[in-house]
Amino acid sequence: MINSTDVSSFLTRKRARHGFDWTDVLSYAYLALGVLLVALPIFWMFMSSIKSPRALVENDPRLLPHEQLTTPSADGSRSHGVFLWTKPDGSQVDVGFIGPRGVNARVFEIGKPAEIIEVPRSQIVRKEVVQPRWENYSEPTIGSTQSRNFNFLRYFWNSTFVTVVATLLTLVVNAMAAFALSKYRFRGRDAMVIVIVSTLLIPPTVILVPLFITVSSLGMLNSLWGVIIPAIATPTGVFLLRQYMLTIPDELLEAARMDGASEWKIFWRIMLPLSLPALSVLAILSVMWRWNDFMWPLIVLTQSEVFTLQLGLSTFKGELNDNMHHLLAMTVLTLLPVTLVFVVLQKHITTGIANTGLK
Amino acid sequence: MADTSIPTPSRAPANLVGWLWGKLGDVLDGPFRALQRHIGANRMAYVFLAPNVLVFGLFSFWPMLLNFYIAFTGGQSVILAERPFVGLANFRELLDCPSWLDPKTCPVAGFSFWTGIWNTLFFAVVQVPIMIVVALVTALILNRDIRARGFWRAVYFYPVMLSPVVVAVIWDWVLKRRGILNALLSDGVDGWNAFVGSNLFVPILAGLSGLAAWAFCQRLLRDRPVWLKLVGTGLGALVIAFILTSFRANLAFEPYRPINWLIDVRSGWPMFWVIFVYTWGHLGFYMLILLAGLQAIPKDLYEAAEMDGTSKSRAFWRITLPLLMPTMIVVLVLSLIRAFQVFDEVYVLTGGGPGQATKMIIQHIYESAFIGDAKRYGIAAASSMLVAGLLLILTLGQLAATRKKAGG
Repeated sequence: MINSTDVSSFLTRKRARHGFDWTDVLSYAYLALGVLLVALPIFWMFMSSIKSPRALVENDPRLLPHEQLTTPSADGSRSHGVFLWTKPDGSQVDVGFIGPRGVNARVFEIGKPAEIIEVPRSQIVRKEVVQPRWENYSEPTIGSTQSRNFNFLRYFWNSTFVTVVATLLTLVVNAMAAFALSKYRFRGRDAMVIVIVSTLLIPPTVILVPLFITVSSLGMLNSLWGVIIPAIATPTGVFLLRQYMLTIPDELLEAARMDGASEWKIFWRIMLPLSLPALSVLAILSVMWRWNDFMWPLIVLTQSEVFTLQLGLSTFKGELNDNMHHLLAMTVLTLLPVTLVFVVLQKHITTGIANTGLK
Repeated sequence: MADTSIPTPSRAPANLVGWLWGKLGDVLDGPFRALQRHIGANRMAYVFLAPNVLVFGLFSFWPMLLNFYIAFTGGQSVILAERPFVGLANFRELLDCPSWLDPKTCPVAGFSFWTGIWNTLFFAVVQVPIMIVVALVTALILNRDIRARGFWRAVYFYPVMLSPVVVAVIWDWVLKRRGILNALLSDGVDGWNAFVGSNLFVPILAGLSGLAAWAFCQRLLRDRPVWLKLVGTGLGALVIAFILTSFRANLAFEPYRPINWLIDVRSGWPMFWVIFVYTWGHLGFYMLILLAGLQAIPKDLYEAAEMDGTSKSRAFWRITLPLLMPTMIVVLVLSLIRAFQVFDEVYVLTGGGPGQATKMIIQHIYESAFIGDAKRYGIAAASSMLVAGLLLILTLGQLAATRKKAGG
């Protein structure tokens, strides 16, 4: 239960000795500036993602999605933009815009599409309403344009598949190795640990070519498995889990062996549940790695059916096209799952990463 | 009580997962138990290690060895048997330049390689110190007695969660020629010019200079009577206002012309924004590690220092920094190694352009091997070896420096 006096004392709480001085003001100003710097670009992109294609092409710098009203033409085949015409006598009337002629504009009054009149262009202003265009989101996902050049649902599925399968495999494979390296005595164990830890120093980016050749000779090019398999045995994962498993007392295992449990059962029923804190840190890291992975998929996957979201977005961005409204909406959709996970698991993620020093 | 035995609805799914988990383990137990009966309990360690060793060996260790071989072969085939041995030709093509400092004097591969090396060095040397200082300042502020610390920390960390591609798309959209940054700058300049030219300029200026002069007089004439302070304030305000109004014409800016931040060739803007965007995306991670380091410093040290009358700045230099040093070294090593391997953000943001202005060394490796008709795997492998050597020297040098510091 939250006591109301607790809340009020929390809200009116003061620093114990010093009170509020100018360094506090500076601190909060600095933090607020940083928050602006983080939030504004993302907010700007989100606001842009619900603008109409025309507003994007015209680089409308306003924050809100303004859209011009339209009215059907005489035969109903086209639609014309609506302008507000201020007559010389000061009265105002809505007109549909047909086209320019010199310094004049050819317009018709709403309701009278057959009577075309000419007015000076300086007398008309665009009539707009604020209207978010959610079609930017629905068109590439469930609408008709989805399969043309940006198959969002397929990319989303590929990314999800890679992330989920790779994370599960990473957890099981590394936990098995960590179990062997922490709870058994056998020849070469310490050498093994040293080899694994020392490969932490070798950056994966410098073995791109031979890794590519290995993967291609195994026939895993343009297959999601070519992205999943090579990185499931991460030295960081083994290291992290082993350090944690070392703290689990051996007596537990001995007691289970007395009861006739097999080694596998000890691993599955005792070690894995007890290592849950370390496993969840590795799971969070693995999800982040896989969902955001770009370079290795870029090398292995060259056909668009197997693209992950990151590949799809970067290819889509690279093409000089007028589909900016779709690109921005899909970028928002791509960062959404990560954002949701972060909002829910914020505390676990930050403490997990701070404690392990890994990313 | 009866209700303790009734499972709450929120626990039911967890129980189901637990039950499935147990069943899966039981199913897998069959073959493993048979195997254990065959080889004995202790040798099961090898069985548990096997998948990891297999994947690790095939996709990490073997490629490492393979890299040496590929670096000495030519041709464009991915089949090893079809790659002719060329000796040191790849390395000669990369290193055989009249001057490494001027990539234009090198052959094609060498030009790309040295451009990448110098760009990456510049990037790392500028980006790493800036990021560490900003991360440290942020961590120090978050380590103060501050409200809603969790919220601030989460916001600063949030960009780390975003993928490099998303980060690049966001900033590309901000930095377009007619993007929001240019619009804001343009509005800012216009607004400032309008303010300088408007009737409000003199009164607002007088008010502000009056405030400044009052604050100044409060300090300077601390023990004097009030009328003296007021006279001082009036005089000071007059002087400041006079100086500023006489420069009024010079205070207006030129009309702002939008800059093409990422494409402007002869300016340093593309490199600036590459550094900025990369720092934006990674700052939170290092901030978090430094914050953890700061919070591990015992509080009573500061209390003792305060009792001895130690000043805040002295406490920072004598307590905080020395005790934070191990964390700082970790941050330095990690950020330097990562900065050397920068690829994703830059590749999506600028593609290495304009020209070669932001082409990094990993992009050189990637493009040599995988872009264009000529797939020069040998050149890429040789470049990788050189980069790996460089990284190894850096890491070992830093480890040695750490040890020296810890020993001394």
